[in-house]
Amino acid sequence: MSPAAKSSGAAKAAAKPKLAIFGAASCGGCDIAIVNIHEHIVDVAAAFDIVLWPTIMDGKYSDIEAMADGEITITLVSGSMRTDETIHLAKLLRRKSKFMVSFGSCASEGCIPGLANLSSRKQIIDTAFTTSSTDNPENLRPVWECQVPEGILHLPEFEPVLRTLEQVVEIDYTIPGCPPESKQIWAALEAVVKALNGTGPLPPKGSVLGAGDSTVCDECARKRDVKKITKFVRIQEVAGFDPEICLLEQGLPCNGPATRNGCGALCPAVSAPCIGCYGAAEGVVDYGARLMSAYASVVEAMKPEEIDKVLDGIPDPVGQFYRFSLAGSLLRSGRSAWQNDGE
Amino acid sequence: MERITIDPVTRLEGHGKIEIFLDPDGEVANAYFQIPELRGFERFCVGRPVEEMPTLTNRICGVCPEAHHMAAAKAADAVYHVDPPRTAKLLRELLYSAFYVTDHTTHFYALGGPDFIVGPDAPAAERNILGVLAKVGMEVGGQVIQCRKQGHNVIEMIGGRKIHPATAVPGGMTQGITEEQRVEIEKIARWSIDFAQFSLGIFDKIVLGNDAYKEMVLSDGYTDRTYYMGLLDANNKVNFYDGRVGIMSPDGERVGTYAPAEYRDWIAEHVEPWTYLKFPYLKKIGWKGFVDGAGSGVYCATPLSRLNTADGMATPLAQAAYEKFYDTLAPKPESGGKRLVHHRLATHWARLIELLYAAERMVELATDPEITSTNVRTVPTEKPTEGVGTVEAPRGTLTHHYWTDERGILTAVNLVVGTTNNYAPMAMSIKKAAQSLIHKGTVVHQGLLNRVEMAFRLYDPCFGCATHSLPGEMPLSVAIRNSDGEVIELLKQNC
Repeated sequence: MSPAAKSSGAAKAAAKPKLAIFGAASCGGCDIAIVNIHEHIVDVAAAFDIVLWPTIMDGKYSDIEAMADGEITITLVSGSMRTDETIHLAKLLRRKSKFMVSFGSCASEGCIPGLANLSSRKQIIDTAFTTSSTDNPENLRPVWECQVPEGILHLPEFEPVLRTLEQVVEIDYTIPGCPPESKQIWAALEAVVKALNGTGPLPPKGSVLGAGDSTVCDECARKRDVKKITKFVRIQEVAGFDPEICLLEQGLPCNGPATRNGCGALCPAVSAPCIGCYGAAEGVVDYGARLMSAYASVVEAMKPEEIDKVLDGIPDPVGQFYRFSLAGSLLRSGRSAWQNDGE
Repeated sequence: MERITIDPVTRLEGHGKIEIFLDPDGEVANAYFQIPELRGFERFCVGRPVEEMPTLTNRICGVCPEAHHMAAAKAADAVYHVDPPRTAKLLRELLYSAFYVTDHTTHFYALGGPDFIVGPDAPAAERNILGVLAKVGMEVGGQVIQCRKQGHNVIEMIGGRKIHPATAVPGGMTQGITEEQRVEIEKIARWSIDFAQFSLGIFDKIVLGNDAYKEMVLSDGYTDRTYYMGLLDANNKVNFYDGRVGIMSPDGERVGTYAPAEYRDWIAEHVEPWTYLKFPYLKKIGWKGFVDGAGSGVYCATPLSRLNTADGMATPLAQAAYEKFYDTLAPKPESGGKRLVHHRLATHWARLIELLYAAERMVELATDPEITSTNVRTVPTEKPTEGVGTVEAPRGTLTHHYWTDERGILTAVNLVVGTTNNYAPMAMSIKKAAQSLIHKGTVVHQGLLNRVEMAFRLYDPCFGCATHSLPGEMPLSVAIRNSDGEVIELLKQNC
């Protein structure tokens, strides 16, 4: 390639907004959901100069560090903040990015791995290294700085608590879901592209993108008869459910009433309960509190003790009410573990 | 002592970090492969209702949630001592086979394949999915996208969602499929058989038709003689969803087979304090360190391992491909036992044979007269206690083991995850690559990067499978440090 062609290519690339996609502690499902926009990947590659994806480590630190502050137009961060290394990277990317998007449930609310905050760091590590198939006669644990015969090996430090992205850096937008539905990802990216082209409005800071402003119940095809229930059932206890009636009204704890819409109510459509992966519905301050009050409203019981008895049918309240949102909820945000190392 | 640090920057569940130490003569003293992340599922699943495990453990891995969904459902069946109706099992296996077609295709074209199709000596910048398309034709790219799209559509039809399926529960499935869906799935399955054969044809033409590549596959640097593990059906053929776990010795003797619930009699997990991941090994042989051979309990659980462990494939076209595989790479048994292939790079070929099997199995399942039955659930009647569920995940045998109280609330959880099986063999392959390319303090720079990258990739490790996504290249950085830990040289590739 001639130097002229090279520089014009570079100029062309520089004209495109820069996109970074970074995964912290995650399962990778968010990355797969992005890949599953299928042929639109080509449109993303055409609209953006992808400066980071899916690579995240040391070799990249220097490249990202060398960028000017705000040089990356938009960064999508999936995954939660689990080690000192991911926190460091999230802060670095925040500084270099104009818009920081909390992408998916882990980044936004801690997701299922956020249930780790019910245990101390010591309990989590002890459990992993003492399971019944573990051969550990010396009762070893991973150490952040380990002396081996040839030298010292380092591991990133496992933080006392799992944190959401917003608990570590300022964010501009949220794309909810575990993972976000691919068509919603494309819709959100398309809106951003339009805003950058000047052909559409820029969503106000703090907006939730790629989702609705109502609840999963509103997109669910099942009928609600405002029927009351006298007990909850667990899914394996019955052979099946009426395919047309609301699962909650058939006694199955379904998280639809508290959960933001946008997924298309996929789980209730296959006779599985909504488990709440799109996070709190618009205007809900505390997810669990909203769900509890929704359950209370279908329970046929007058006295508090009767209500308590029906709620006994939910064997794991913290898991039921904060399955995805524990780390980001009001419940955990004041926990002393944040200050005292979680031991 | 000099130190070389290699950070492979691809990731999924954490990422790998490699530290190579040189002795005073500049030879490799040791190599450490570290996994710097832990999330703690075995702890925080305790206290949860066991019926939630299929959806909770999906979140261990977004690339292979289907494997965790199935292992969890099977473990939960076992906890409740319940045998799901036949149709429920067929549906689970059909979803799982569709997943295998998608996953193996993605690996071959986007991740592992580029090394071969574009060529190991091609510039790193071309060894990616775009390079593959340039060589085999852009229309193949469309087919790869079509394959992924269709596979995820089948997963959604049966599992309710494309990622993190929702329908497997203790005792069966939440619901079945309609005849209309069945017809669509059968169509996709038949297309997938053609696509798998086309992919094997590409491998044949580009890799087997090239003496230099063939020589590399057979070279000693990529050969490790370890034990092998794989799930076997009643006829000792490869199965992904159910069966007994077989163990094959490096000499071609089947050491034994065990029911999943007996896994702790056969495997244990060794601990090192410099990594968050444990090293499974064969308990009866024992942990002898990072060494291969019949005296070491290190084993491998990959597509190659499954072919080595089994007597063959359960479907006709895959069986023919299996026979060709052994006739080509291991025409004669080494020691009177079963013919084995120890050449690790042949894992890519084995993966395509499994792709063909998964597609053929999809057709079998989709045309089973009972697949559209509405009898998909057995309601448990016994008290929940303890249960083990095992499936063959694309990256190795996956085992979930749960203990519950009498209400079915988890009191303990043990997980031996697919990629983990291969942690020790991966560490050994990496050390071997380093030893063959570092002598008297001289590092064959690009060669080392390529070799480590290729040695790592063929296992398709989960912490590396974010490269399943677009770029399909593995960025690496190598820092060579002096004995004071100062970086004296820095090499980079793709980063």
